[in-house]
Amino acid sequence: MATYSINDFRAGLKVMLDSDPCSIVENEFVKPGKGQAFNRVKLRNLKTGRVWERTFRGSENLESADVMDREMEYLYNDGEFWHFMEPESFEQHQADKNAVGDAAKWLKEQDKCVVTLYNGAPLAVTPPNHVELEVVETDPGLKGDTAQGGNKPATLSTGAVVKVPLFMNVGDVVRVDTRNGEYLGRAKE
Amino acid sequence: MSWQPSASLERLAQRAAINRQIRTFFDDRGVMEVELPVLGRAPVTDPFIEPIRARCNGATRYLQTSPEYAMKRLLAAGSGPIYSLGKAFRDGESGRRHNPEFTLLEWYRPGWDDTRLMDEVAELVGHLHPGVVVTRLRYRDWFVEHLGIDPHRATGAELAAVGRAHVEIDLDESDRDAWMDLLVTHVLEPRLPEGLVLVSDYPASQAALARIVPDPTGQPVARRFEAFLNRMELANGYWELTDAEEQRQRFETDLAKREGYGLPQYPIDESLLAALTAGMPACAGVALGVDRLLMTLLKAEGIADVLSFDTERA
Repeated sequence: MATYSINDFRAGLKVMLDSDPCSIVENEFVKPGKGQAFNRVKLRNLKTGRVWERTFRGSENLESADVMDREMEYLYNDGEFWHFMEPESFEQHQADKNAVGDAAKWLKEQDKCVVTLYNGAPLAVTPPNHVELEVVETDPGLKGDTAQGGNKPATLSTGAVVKVPLFMNVGDVVRVDTRNGEYLGRAKE
Repeated sequence: MSWQPSASLERLAQRAAINRQIRTFFDDRGVMEVELPVLGRAPVTDPFIEPIRARCNGATRYLQTSPEYAMKRLLAAGSGPIYSLGKAFRDGESGRRHNPEFTLLEWYRPGWDDTRLMDEVAELVGHLHPGVVVTRLRYRDWFVEHLGIDPHRATGAELAAVGRAHVEIDLDESDRDAWMDLLVTHVLEPRLPEGLVLVSDYPASQAALARIVPDPTGQPVARRFEAFLNRMELANGYWELTDAEEQRQRFETDLAKREGYGLPQYPIDESLLAALTAGMPACAGVALGVDRLLMTLLKAEGIADVLSFDTERA
């Protein structure tokens, strides 16, 4: 396994720390003119999602983590596992609840996701930034009310609940930003 | 990689104007500008400053990490007050506030001590940045006020205990100076007020080339000061050590420290020691990072924004 010295540290680098795979979020070189060099590093623990700051000294090294991001197609959920497929090799991977986490509520069959593999197994799933999902439950729309202002909760086909404008109805397809859960508009088609 | 400059042309024009103001400031005060060799036979022995090695006429030379030793030889030769505005080089230093080659303004005042020189640093910064608020602070009071600990007397364990409350790092208790530096960079520096802050009376263990003298409480302290501008380290000055024998001991202590940290060993600058033996006038000297000063004056995010070409584009 490769090791990185702190000179190699940069955002996005995947390293092992306290036996967990972590991703470097931010790296700041700090050095008083006459003092030792330090790197103040913000890391994300890829297992827990926790982001925290740790300081390293010039002489320290970290092992690289066998972590890679792969674009995959979401296939289906069998009740316990979520199944994904690599589009070129057709290789399939199953991810458990811990790995899928909050992404579960945005996963629609055949959508392209980023699956983070750690030692070859899914560690995290990132849904597409924008998804188009059908409204399956919401209060009836107010006919003719296309004016701005006012919204209501709507449950989408994947189980996610988002705020939509009052005129949306069951059966409409909405476009949503998965990073903040915001309604972007009615899907065109 | 882009061929374009890192800084805007507007900022480069402002930079040129500030260089002219700096030169006028010293010219008006009868301080002579000197140019010093960039390639030197010996680098500094500072444990945490790494020189860049060069080959010249078949021999090893070092790109100077500051013009300090050459300027002290000029002082010993009777130059009187002098300043240098030029490039310095330090290996491994890259970041938002660091570039491996940078511009250092260094000046020496025979007959002055650190207190008087701090006033002149404030005058220079005030000249370039009218209206800047100046605050003075002793290193000890800085620690006592914010951390409730006396840095001169605290044990390594005490410093580490306070440090661990603020900083997550794998560092043992024996390295007192590292803990003090961490508390400065992680806790104290970010809490500094806006403007210029002059911190004096550094711990004796961080004297570098400053005299060690008892303070009013009898505590031996280094007559070293640092200037911070808007929470960024800007300058480092000393009431200079002039004793050749003590200077040699400090070189040797530095080299022993380097060995302890597994860092490369370097030759001692015998020319500097010979100059001190011949007699260097009592003086105070300071080195100020011009790029950092420009970052503040020109409201730049990073050092690259005030450099024609930063190290990535050089």
